[in-house]
Amino acid sequence: MTPNEQTPNDQVTTTESATTPASAPDKSAGHSRRVFLFKLSLLVNGAVGAVLAVPILGYLLGPALKKSSSDNSWINLGPLNDFPEGETRLVNFRNPVTTSWDGQTGDIPCWVRRVSGNTFQVFAINCAHLGCPVRWFAQSKLFMCPCHGGAYYEDGSRASGPPERGLFEYEYKIVSGSLVISAGKMPTLANQAKSESPLIQLEGTSAATETLPKPRCSSCQS
Amino acid sequence: MPELKRRSIEVYNWFEQRLGLGGPVIEMAEHEVPSNTASWWYVFGSAATVILVLQVMTGILLALVYAPTAGHAWNSLEFLDHNVKLGWFLRAMHGWGSDFMVAIVLIHMAQVFLFGAYKFPRELTWIIGVFLLLLTLGMAFTGQVLRFDQDAYWGLGIGASIVSRIPWIGGPLVNLMLGGPIIAGPTLSRFFTLHVFVIPGILLAMVGLHIWMVLRLGINDWPMPGRLVNKKTYVREYHQLTEKSGIPFVPDAAWKDSLFAAAIMLAVMACALWFGPFGPTGQPDPTIIQTAPKPDFAFLWIYAVLAYLPPSLETPVLFIAPVLGIGAMLLLPLVSAEGEKHWSRRPVAVLMVAVIAVILGAFTRLGMYTPWSPVMNAWTSDPVPTAYLKDRTPLEREGALVLQNKQCRNCHSIGGAGGMRGPALDSVASHMTEDQIIRQVLQGGGNMPAYGNALSPSETTALVRFLTTLRGNDLAPAVDASQRLTSSSEPPAAPAKGH
Repeated sequence: MTPNEQTPNDQVTTTESATTPASAPDKSAGHSRRVFLFKLSLLVNGAVGAVLAVPILGYLLGPALKKSSSDNSWINLGPLNDFPEGETRLVNFRNPVTTSWDGQTGDIPCWVRRVSGNTFQVFAINCAHLGCPVRWFAQSKLFMCPCHGGAYYEDGSRASGPPERGLFEYEYKIVSGSLVISAGKMPTLANQAKSESPLIQLEGTSAATETLPKPRCSSCQS
Repeated sequence: MPELKRRSIEVYNWFEQRLGLGGPVIEMAEHEVPSNTASWWYVFGSAATVILVLQVMTGILLALVYAPTAGHAWNSLEFLDHNVKLGWFLRAMHGWGSDFMVAIVLIHMAQVFLFGAYKFPRELTWIIGVFLLLLTLGMAFTGQVLRFDQDAYWGLGIGASIVSRIPWIGGPLVNLMLGGPIIAGPTLSRFFTLHVFVIPGILLAMVGLHIWMVLRLGINDWPMPGRLVNKKTYVREYHQLTEKSGIPFVPDAAWKDSLFAAAIMLAVMACALWFGPFGPTGQPDPTIIQTAPKPDFAFLWIYAVLAYLPPSLETPVLFIAPVLGIGAMLLLPLVSAEGEKHWSRRPVAVLMVAVIAVILGAFTRLGMYTPWSPVMNAWTSDPVPTAYLKDRTPLEREGALVLQNKQCRNCHSIGGAGGMRGPALDSVASHMTEDQIIRQVLQGGGNMPAYGNALSPSETTALVRFLTTLRGNDLAPAVDASQRLTSSSEPPAAPAKGH
């Protein structure tokens, strides 16, 4: 940057004519004007970029800024008769939030334990350590994780291995003889699966979930 | 013939007049390098670049068929393997190319470190190299995700679970990573974008900078013990060396690079032909839970480390260790830009490389056979050896049944078969008394779950009776020292015959 560029715009012509040969003033005057216009154009581009950044960042960060409570809704897992007392069974449900190109990844399994009567525990499939699928062993009454050997008791509490807490649990309720759980989001240590008391609006949507197709209950292990 | 030659020179000149690239490129290729750098130790960087080109080419070819949607990716890989002519070979080349690239980048880095090449004036070359290593690993991980099978699905779950442990922003970051509430279509699209557009773009730009700096600053001269790097004199000394012993890079030094690159390409092709493509393993269907997910080779050591960290240390180690490790690598050339280059005068550097190599190797080896994981089907597939049932009472044999039925074998091995999570039980009675075994079974402890709720009293009795017969090669049974004191008047009972 030359000293000329740093001088205020209105003084440029006088300074330049004093220090440069007679033939140059016009060119120099034009030069400093062009420098100013160039800087102005940079400013304009900066402003355009800033405006453009809003939709880009909004698009990019959209999933991160979404409130996690909006992902959960009530899902019907089937009539209570499907779950014998004292048993823990694998139940699959279609995630409430899916895209049509999700394929099989939209089917989510969970472990349903009917303790007695209307008392249930619905565990997420994901190990509380690093999210691998835990398997139920009815004989030893343990959930075991194939990845790093985390183990949980039948009530989901931590038995051994690297997990720092028990299995994640879905909230459940019983609606007209069916087990309904609040699910929709992959449980991790950040959201703890067991969400706060559900919003009233969400409770109201449970009627809609009853029209959902019956989840496929497969590989029920006794 | 002379006519043809004249014509081709004319064509070349036509382009050269307009492009003006030929001159500088030839000049660059023939630039003088110190003759001592024409070494077989200096071939890894160019080999990594050649594999990068291979990866770009095979990647583009795979993208012609691959369907980057969660619902179809797995099927399109199967289609590539079985229905597209030589599709399996291209997948294998891309997969093996990835493993070779990670390996060669690591070897290149170790060589550069041991030869002190990161010192003045090549600090920034090293720093960009660190980013190139991270980007290479990023390509390896995102590539593993694109092989959208069970390992990829649950690998994403592991990734999301790790990210979720970041304090405060963990939750939003998981959403950002998955692109939605679960691992599904948007997740795969994200990793496709990263693997195909974002990371390769940055990677190629940084490789360009890396090579530009090698050309601009000259390749590191062969280190000599006692020849110290001094910022004031190094550049002058390097130029003197180049003037004195300079040889044109092409062809006097480059023939080794190009021969090694050819050998590496042949090795990739041989592996691809012999071992074939990686996977895909089972379909990415989370409802198929009969799976033991495992990451690709480059990440097995992390998988192993995660198994051994105690719960309370896991989150801090996960986030502090990488910051320290990467930070140290980035700062290395800035804090030690001068001084000795030769490895024989840098014992700490040599020791570090050795220790890191042994650690990575040991954890990778552990990650290959995962001794910490229960063997999920051991209780139904590995019978109790008949020798262990010989001359046993009915109660003890009943105990052997309990041992099988209660899945003890998933974590404990007998006769060399079964899980390795817990200790082998072949000689358990030689170091635990009956009382100790009962306590351990019922209350657990020492990383064993308590089985008090899963065993009836009669099952417990039978199991413990059986376990007390397991004394290795007829070792003496464990005894309670205090018990022996109180009953020293009685003659010791003859121990039951072991197996």
